[in-house]
Amino acid sequence: MKTEATLDPRMNAPHRYDWMKLVAAVLTALIGFLFAAPMLWLLVASFNTHATLSSFNLGFSFQNFVKVFNMQTFGLPIVNSLIISIGTSVLVVTFSVLAAYPLSRFRSKTTNRTVNAILFASCLPITAMMVPVYGIFVQLHLIDSLTGTVLFMTACGLPQGIFMMKNFMDSVPVTLEEAAWVDGATRMQALFHVVVPLMVPSLLVIFISEFAGNWGNFFVPFMLLMSPDKEPAAVSIYTFFGQHGTVAYGQLAAFSLLYSIPILIIYEVTNRYIGNQTLLAGAVKE
Amino acid sequence: MNSSTRKKLINAEHYTPILPAAAMMVLFLLGPIIWSLYASLTDYSMVGSTAVNPHFVGLKNYVALFTDPVFPKSLWLTILLILASALIGQNILGMVLALLSQKAPRRLTKVVDSIVVLAWVIPDIVGCYCAYALFAGGGTLDALGKVVGADWSALLYYHPMTIVIIVNVWRGTAFSMLIYQAALNDISKDVIEAAEIDGANAWQSFFRIKLPIMRHSILTNLMLITLQTLSVFSIIIVLTGGGPGTNSSTLPVLAYLEAFNFSKLGYGTAISVILVVVGALFSVLYIKLLRTNDED
Repeated sequence: MKTEATLDPRMNAPHRYDWMKLVAAVLTALIGFLFAAPMLWLLVASFNTHATLSSFNLGFSFQNFVKVFNMQTFGLPIVNSLIISIGTSVLVVTFSVLAAYPLSRFRSKTTNRTVNAILFASCLPITAMMVPVYGIFVQLHLIDSLTGTVLFMTACGLPQGIFMMKNFMDSVPVTLEEAAWVDGATRMQALFHVVVPLMVPSLLVIFISEFAGNWGNFFVPFMLLMSPDKEPAAVSIYTFFGQHGTVAYGQLAAFSLLYSIPILIIYEVTNRYIGNQTLLAGAVKE
Repeated sequence: MNSSTRKKLINAEHYTPILPAAAMMVLFLLGPIIWSLYASLTDYSMVGSTAVNPHFVGLKNYVALFTDPVFPKSLWLTILLILASALIGQNILGMVLALLSQKAPRRLTKVVDSIVVLAWVIPDIVGCYCAYALFAGGGTLDALGKVVGADWSALLYYHPMTIVIIVNVWRGTAFSMLIYQAALNDISKDVIEAAEIDGANAWQSFFRIKLPIMRHSILTNLMLITLQTLSVFSIIIVLTGGGPGTNSSTLPVLAYLEAFNFSKLGYGTAISVILVVVGALFSVLYIKLLRTNDED
């Protein structure tokens, strides 16, 4: 019996397994702590009226939130952020539906080449292009214009949007549209009355990932907008707090926290209902 | 009208819904690239007479760029950032986290995964200020240094690049982790079990079985995180401003500083052209990779 026990790997396995599990748990917890550490400051400082940059400086008050929560400091930048993010996301989804339709339905050399070009465009380093984009915007008199900024951000979101949309549309069977054609519907009618209603969840995924990306975008509006009253929250955090001699760190943290809330909600909702992996879909372009 | 032209017309009509999107991309993505090729050959500037009436200067900007000692330094800093923070840092830490989430207790990995993803989804500028508060003088590490008796008041001055690399690992690891978690989950349990029955230990099962199966995911991930890191800007601007001097000015930051702080738009644009070319090469590689994936 004894020899049999030591030879049977299953008898030894639980012990070794537990040891591995412990090491894995400790390592995971350590990495988790290191990743959480920088974000702790946001919580600590936003609730402290005399906040510094240090996370050890504790306090408790809602004063910072009260101070930033007014039209000038918070309201206007958030409204600008909403205009930019929603405007861009709506345009990206609309243009992507239109563009993805022929790419999904017609197999040809043109389709292949177009899809390749779109993939190529989705990899362009937008940050690296911002100096020439600024130059061209000056020439076109689009600098310091919310419309111009939305149009540029739409163009940046389109390659990714079309590519995702095409993949989603590929899984909608053609037979349903054919039935609509028989009843005399045009291609566009079939698209908007048959295909699009079937794709609502996919449209939402693209809209949400676009919205999240645009809400957090700092560099593009930072380069293309000049007037403080047009700046979205991402830029106003930098210009208002970052460049005023004595920085009110508590207010900076409180503002940052409030500004992050939509992203945190989106993150929690997608995480709960669709899974973390969905976030990948929208992340590639940044 | 003969039948082949009619066919072509019908074909063209099929593709008309692409036009709005195509127009946007041509105007705002292709436009700046073509414009930058032209502007990099001029003395275009932000202010003064050359702002209104730029002159053609040929390859002067490129010659200036390649003879400027700042350029090779900046190029090296860009490569260093990609190597250290993306290809080594995010990639390996992402893989470690993906493997750990298969071994460590379920509840713990769920919490830690959320934290890692949170560091990635918080808005860019917020993440940058969090990192700034950790490393800046008067920040958390400075305070911690005073407790343990070390002078950590000027970390950003003495180790700008190291900190930028650490911050980029912090911000971006979630991406690699999610890709590798998905790839590991896709590996059939039978294959791993068969290897274990044949006596493979954990190392062998990882290096000989899992890694080869995941090679496409890994290559795709490396390509994407390289492209993402090539675009890192806010971290550097908020934490170090590219300094001290040019000690943390990667190419995108250098292009921005030259164009706006030193008003040399042509020169900054020349840097952009080089970056776009590098990015384009990576994109072509990436598409080739995706296509070979499809054929498998």
